[in-house]
Amino acid sequence: MNATSQALAPAERAVELIGSDLTEKSLRLHLEGLPGVDAVGLEQRAAALGTRSIKTTSKAWALDRIIELIDLTTLEGADTPGKVRSLVAKAVNPDPSDTSTPRVAAVCVYGDMVATAVEALGAAHGDPDSGLISVAAVATAFPSGRASLPVKLADTADAVAAGADEIDMVIDRGAFLAGNYGSVFDQIVAVKEACRRDDGTFAHLKVILETGELNTYDNVRRASWLSILAGADFIKTSTGKVSPAATLPVTLLMLEVVRDWHRLTGERIGVKPAGGIRTSKDAIKYLVTVAETVGEQWLQPHLFRFGASSLLNDVLLQRQKLTTGRYSGPDYVTMD
Amino acid sequence: MTDVSTGSTPGSGSGFLDYAPAPESTSVLHLKQSYGLFINGEFTEGHGTPFQTISPATEERIAEIANANSADVDAAVAAARRAYERSWSTLSGADRGKYLFRIARLVQERARELAVAESLDNGKPIKESRDVDVPLVAAWFFYYAGWADKLDYAGLGPAPRALGVAAQVIPWNFPLLMLAWKIAPALAAGNTVVLKPAETTPLSALIFAEILQQAELPAGVVNIITGAGDTGEALVNHPDVNKVAFTGSTAVGRAIAKSTAGSGKKLTLELGGKAANIVFDDAPIDQAIEGIVNGIFFNQGHVCCAGSRLLVQENVHDEVVERLKERLSTLRLGDPLDKNTDIGAINSREQLERIRELSDIGEREGAERWTAPCVIPEKGFWFAPTIFTNVSTSSTIAREEIFGPVLSVLTFRTPAEAVAKANNTPYGLSAGIWSDKGSRILAVADQLRAGVIWANTFNRFDPASPFGGYKESGYGREGGRQGLAAYLESAGWSAR
Amino acid sequence: MTRLAVPKTYKLYIGGKFPRSESGRTYEVMSQKGAFLANASLASRKDARDAVVAARGAFGAWSSATGYNRGQVLYRIAELLEGRRDQFVDEIVSTEAVSKSVATSQVDTAIDAWVWYAGWADKYVQVAGNGNAVSGPYFNLSTPEPTGVVAIIAPQASTAGSSLLGLAATIAPAILSGNTVVVVASEAAPLAAISLAEVLATSDVPGGVVNILTGSPAEIAPWLAGHADVNALDLTGAGELDWVSLQVTAADTLKRVIAPETGVPAPSLTRVVALTETKTVWHTKSLI
Repeated sequence: MNATSQALAPAERAVELIGSDLTEKSLRLHLEGLPGVDAVGLEQRAAALGTRSIKTTSKAWALDRIIELIDLTTLEGADTPGKVRSLVAKAVNPDPSDTSTPRVAAVCVYGDMVATAVEALGAAHGDPDSGLISVAAVATAFPSGRASLPVKLADTADAVAAGADEIDMVIDRGAFLAGNYGSVFDQIVAVKEACRRDDGTFAHLKVILETGELNTYDNVRRASWLSILAGADFIKTSTGKVSPAATLPVTLLMLEVVRDWHRLTGERIGVKPAGGIRTSKDAIKYLVTVAETVGEQWLQPHLFRFGASSLLNDVLLQRQKLTTGRYSGPDYVTMD
Repeated sequence: MTDVSTGSTPGSGSGFLDYAPAPESTSVLHLKQSYGLFINGEFTEGHGTPFQTISPATEERIAEIANANSADVDAAVAAARRAYERSWSTLSGADRGKYLFRIARLVQERARELAVAESLDNGKPIKESRDVDVPLVAAWFFYYAGWADKLDYAGLGPAPRALGVAAQVIPWNFPLLMLAWKIAPALAAGNTVVLKPAETTPLSALIFAEILQQAELPAGVVNIITGAGDTGEALVNHPDVNKVAFTGSTAVGRAIAKSTAGSGKKLTLELGGKAANIVFDDAPIDQAIEGIVNGIFFNQGHVCCAGSRLLVQENVHDEVVERLKERLSTLRLGDPLDKNTDIGAINSREQLERIRELSDIGEREGAERWTAPCVIPEKGFWFAPTIFTNVSTSSTIAREEIFGPVLSVLTFRTPAEAVAKANNTPYGLSAGIWSDKGSRILAVADQLRAGVIWANTFNRFDPASPFGGYKESGYGREGGRQGLAAYLESAGWSAR
Repeated sequence: MTRLAVPKTYKLYIGGKFPRSESGRTYEVMSQKGAFLANASLASRKDARDAVVAARGAFGAWSSATGYNRGQVLYRIAELLEGRRDQFVDEIVSTEAVSKSVATSQVDTAIDAWVWYAGWADKYVQVAGNGNAVSGPYFNLSTPEPTGVVAIIAPQASTAGSSLLGLAATIAPAILSGNTVVVVASEAAPLAAISLAEVLATSDVPGGVVNILTGSPAEIAPWLAGHADVNALDLTGAGELDWVSLQVTAADTLKRVIAPETGVPAPSLTRVVALTETKTVWHTKSLI
């Protein structure tokens, strides 16, 4: 535990909140002063939100909105250009039997697949708020984050150069659990800088906390604040490679942080639960949790995403049931 | 916070949060036009003037209910006495337990039906009767079933004996749950029962009587007689009753204590409360807000142990109140049978008048009133969640039990002051403590004069956990091993 | 023409499944009149080892289930036993050579014992645990907790009327508090044990909570007594073995030991508590 007086990178939000004397020490004091989380109460609140009964028109709206908020993901060592093209085709046309089906928000791939994804998207590539599809790339030695900072920054820069609109980075959990909040902070600031393009715009930065490894809710609250202070556009629960991945309680907690940040500064930060959300039923619970914690305007691509792969097909099956009145099956939705 | 959304209109026009109706169907019910009294294993006609039970959400009639006059009370007590002497007291504890296990199972099997009936008759949201009330009812019977053949271990000496016939009068706020709290331990301990449900909420008890028939409980072991205050009075004062158990208002409890004095009847009372929910500055804040909301708005505040006084540490008062108001903006008030309803109907016109009256007094005495922005339906009895700030310890609304969704907010400076203010009441049923510091929670819990203390939670009930009050909140405990004591002989209280 | 029966295969019950012995061995189970009944699995030390692994694997979830939940599971087992009364009666009649009414009485007693124990699951803590009035500003609470994996030598054929009842009388008190068990059934009358296993497999009890080995207690017991991952050894049915040397072996790992009993043990809370550990927690109390 070496809380030093060394100055941290002067990220704007952190300086605003904590002051110009921004050090590991002052950051730590701030994070440790945040209110605690009672896990039993948090989990009960999440469970209660999960009892909302979303039917008929609300359900139809919810299913469409879920699709519009999905980052359709493939992150396998075995990913090939063919696999990525297939994913993109699915993203652009989720249900060939129903052209009213909305498109997903983004495709999420490894950095070295970005160029393939961009090319495959073609004219469909663009801002999801306008109904187009963006390309998100995982970076910073995803999923473990265990590499030197130069390697992680190069990983990021490559993806940005290849055309990624969004970067999903991982925090250094080892540094976090060892108490080196300053190191975690500085890394995020550096990655954010690596998202800067030549024309001065930035790729949007999602910061993955890997809540399953942070383990306690108090740690998740601190890591959420830390990430926002360091410049995150989105805070994201998980890589999907570690269990538990996204859960309703942990997402609720992150939404509460985002709500508190908005109260404090007026600024809106996005939240992305990723991994383990496979059914429409579960996804609808997340929509309810968002709406009742931060409000409905968070249910838009620039403020909320689902990191998912098999979820899309389950939503399509539910959509088909709503339109045809009968239960559907796996033969009636396409593989990606 | 909850702005109008972009995009299409899911519910009734303004956005996703306006969830489309999700009604629980009443087709699971098999209601009769009229119900008789359940005496000696059968439904028989009452001899008093029948009355209607209505849905407090719509004011529509549900069914006609029999009214037990004193002759009916006599018949019920006689049936209970006969059953006690001839069948129930001759059964082994194991067999009594088996009947209780059957009842628990049947409650589980008919859970949906019971939950819908409860919400229809009482006005509480189906979400609560389905997820809280009915599961606890089954659990209560399961728990006490296991005690029936283990009374030696109850801590009341070897082979403690039952008292005989128990007269039980229950309130309208948790109709079926209060019935379970009364009947389960009484039967486990070997007594027989005559129970009077509240006048405005007889329905679930009458369906429960059908369950007793399905369980083939010997006739007369449980008798359920509907009626109003005079039925209850006749019952508790009946000379052939050995035990009286009452849950309801402190005023009526006092009257019962007086009228049973010297009668040899063992008495337990579970009365009103004005619980303090104490929030320290180091509370886990989001969970504390949930706990405050649950503490006073769960069941429309019709809870004897409701956290009706918020004692918040002065240095976090403004933040807590602000967060509370924000949280209340997503509470949904409306049709109790809609699965998304959080706040149901007030149980009766009388209760609604009382809540209004006390709230007006609160305002007149200088407290600041804030009401959640709920759309109130045209018919039925409704009161939107209300918060009073700037309340002091001498305010009427800090002293009197309102029994509605009204929260009085007071402040304190130190833990000792919190304890003093919390204890400064003739009541003593429950209290809540919110803090991240274990030593403080335990020390405060030590000093609170309340029978149930919840730390970083509120309104949690379990058949294994004793419940009951200090001081004018009553005496005796329900639940747990301690809950058996009320129904067994002990020092000073023998069966006649 | 009489109908040709479909005889049942009797295997071991480990981890919620029904494997044959890894050794491939079986032994003949004969009726008391000397007729062939079945080839039962003859469990080996490796089966015992696997059973302990299964029991340990199931302990975490079973001991963290609520008492209410465990009580419901045990009650459900009683419901299923009730539904299968006739089958058990038949097996007891053939293996114990008793009349149908004696067999029925044993089955009824076993079911009732099971119900009695089910009712303790959410209560024994209230009777065996307590707050303690220590001298100082401390909250102090003692609670009995399950000891872990319990190896049980069930009553053997020499104990009359025990092929089903002996199992109920030893298994139920062990598992209601959250322990998981490895049971060595009656060597000569193992059929009721495997039928009980079928009941368990169709109840809500998770795989691995109860594991049943058929075969030779003399062969298997020493391995269980010496196994470092077994926390307690119930020698109730080991009276005919060299049980003292089993106890000596168990002493190497300081197992809690229950000595043999003649006859089937009566329902007893002491038996439940004997397989628990009392944990006492202190916490400071201060207003300031």
